Amino acid sequence: MANKILKKERLIPGQTSKLVIDAPHIAAKAKPGNFVILRVTEKGERIPLTIADTDPENGTITIVYLVLGKSTALLEELNEGDDILDLCGPLGKPTELHTGGTVICVGGGTGIAAMHHIAKGHHNAGNHVVAIIGARNKDLLLFEKELKEFCPEVLISTDDGSYGHHGLVTDLLKDRLEKDDSVIEVVAVGPVPMMAAVSKTTEPFDVPTTVSLNSIMVDGVGMCGACRVTVGGETKFACVDGPEFDGHKVDFGELRQRLAAFSCHEKESFDHHCRCKCNDKQ
Amino acid sequence: MTNNKKAKKQIAPRVPMPNQPAEERARNFEEVALGYTKEMAMQEAARCLNCKKPKCVQGCPVQVPIADFIAELAKGNVEEAYAVIKSTNSLPAVCGRVCPQEIQCEGACILSAKDQPIAIGRLERYVADEYMYMDACDLISAKPECPYIDEEKKVACIGSGPSSLTVAGYLASRGCKVTVFEALHEVGGVLVYGIPEFRLPKESIVAKEVGALKELQVDFVTNYVGGKTFSIEDLFEQGYKAVFVGVGAGLPRFLNIPGENLCGVFSANEYLTRVNLGRAYDFPNYDTPIMKGRNVTVYGGGNVAMDAARTAKRLGAESVRIVYRRTADAMPARHEEIEHAVEEGIILEVLANPIEFRDDGTGNLSSVLLQKMTMGEPDESGRCRPVALEGETYELETDLAIIAVGTRPNPVLLENEPNLKLNKWGYVDVNEETNETSMPNVYAGGDIVTGAATVILAMGAGRKAAQEIARRFGIEE
Repeated sequence: MANKILKKERLIPGQTSKLVIDAPHIAAKAKPGNFVILRVTEKGERIPLTIADTDPENGTITIVYLVLGKSTALLEELNEGDDILDLCGPLGKPTELHTGGTVICVGGGTGIAAMHHIAKGHHNAGNHVVAIIGARNKDLLLFEKELKEFCPEVLISTDDGSYGHHGLVTDLLKDRLEKDDSVIEVVAVGPVPMMAAVSKTTEPFDVPTTVSLNSIMVDGVGMCGACRVTVGGETKFACVDGPEFDGHKVDFGELRQRLAAFSCHEKESFDHHCRCKCNDKQ
Repeated sequence: MTNNKKAKKQIAPRVPMPNQPAEERARNFEEVALGYTKEMAMQEAARCLNCKKPKCVQGCPVQVPIADFIAELAKGNVEEAYAVIKSTNSLPAVCGRVCPQEIQCEGACILSAKDQPIAIGRLERYVADEYMYMDACDLISAKPECPYIDEEKKVACIGSGPSSLTVAGYLASRGCKVTVFEALHEVGGVLVYGIPEFRLPKESIVAKEVGALKELQVDFVTNYVGGKTFSIEDLFEQGYKAVFVGVGAGLPRFLNIPGENLCGVFSANEYLTRVNLGRAYDFPNYDTPIMKGRNVTVYGGGNVAMDAARTAKRLGAESVRIVYRRTADAMPARHEEIEHAVEEGIILEVLANPIEFRDDGTGNLSSVLLQKMTMGEPDESGRCRPVALEGETYELETDLAIIAVGTRPNPVLLENEPNLKLNKWGYVDVNEETNETSMPNVYAGGDIVTGAATVILAMGAGRKAAQEIARRFGIEE
């Protein structure tokens, strides 16, 4: 229950890290698609992070985060041996796993780590999993090795062409869908524009498409509705109805606006934090 | 007749509650009501007629022997008064502050027909506050020594709101080993995330009550979600003999009107959770942010609407309006909350119903379209129905809308416990005598059974379940 960080790996120094956390109670129950809510300090904010991997035998869960604001900056200050103050989960509905076909799992940026756990679930369910991962450049690409451990195919794209296909993940996806009619599902996890683009790409092929949404959350257990999202004209709560939804029905425009609702506050909080840290150093 | 007249003449007016001045308090989060002094409390207690068959007791969901405690208080015996209250109410400092007394004890008071009823809530609060400093075991059990805790009598409570705290207090003071599992990072449920600091101080009241339970070896486990981190079956496997489900009402209801997902439209749950649990009023010292809003509108007429409106005012809004489709006297909130809100400058925009939220073109809320209403004929329940005045709509500028129109059952635990039988409204079905659910030795109480209700009703349900658990353990008859 101490939520101790057993291992910390700086995947992209100063930007993205991976933590292996001792949390047997969560590891025992967590399934692909679940997330946790954590808080780093007594005055901290509750933030949701998708579980990237679990090891129920050793009682650990793995999370990967991008340092974006104050809360993730505080998390980045923790090291191996430190405890995470509050860690709650597993939350959200697990991924619905179908069997008997090819599942393409698309991941972008930090979303690749979250997608990893879902891809593993599909693999364990007996599907042929094709991973398509993309980043701005080679140095920002995560989890290639981890995915290659069980995915027979890992396709890569970079925006600048420094590694793999020069272009977007949707180019690779479209190409694959045109050639392969065994695809039973496409899963996409990553930035909102990427998930929207993936959903648009799969639509003409009529392939079921699942996206994992990273809405703003407060409690994460259905109490507040901060994470509400319009899916097929209906309001859903990402924390208890999701976080995975039918990508062809999600109102991505609204999601993007709602994700920016507190951007001024987030900047203010981060600036305040940086100022305080500078003052401490002086 | 002559006796009655004589009695009536003797009754002095109710002793007013000293409050922070409205202008001052509308800018801070300190408690509004300051509490009686001993002199005030004794003077108010002296108004009580000491009825032979006190109706006030029948009006109390936990049957506090009200007339008895007031009789002690009138004589200046505060400690005795405290022991009387504690015999049935485990959270009097909370109840004295948040109970809807006007529809319970004070509403039943014989004086209320023609005069002002005895200020029972204020007296309860006074007595409780005097004894907050007492030793924890005294606080809970009114006994000088802590009871021996039998590790075999293991009881789990899911949720840490008023119903679970009551179960924990009742059973721990009778020697049971109670563990309370809370999904959030702080213990107290609605007392912490819902009711604002200015109505129920978190450190001096809620934390103190929880601390007293800890002294009785009640264990609190935070960040544990029933139905997610553990199942009810897991608890029985771990040796718990009884489980109490007090997980609260849950999901906020929305209005289902266009524009409801615009930035600037919040559920009252989100708005209050950010401010109360997240201490967003102290942002950026605390990390949880909140939108302050210039022209705030709140939808609903209950206590939650009042809390949200008064919170928005304290965060610096220029105008705060409570939009309600009926008239002010039909609002279900506690009378005192409505009075306090109006004193603080909250405007009651009554006979108005929202039909659309509009934005400034960038996804941010800028106004609301309201439908004018009028009160129509009473329906089957006898309550007048609001009727739309055809074609009479108006637009109101608002950059922050807070929706406080109730809640629906939270699916988190219920979806994962298919054996828990639900009623037709989707809440947990219980035996009315014992509060036991369809699962043996699993009890439930509070909002997850009744839908959104009050702290005291939740406590009454917790007490009922705890009594049955104690009976099955052979502790009580």
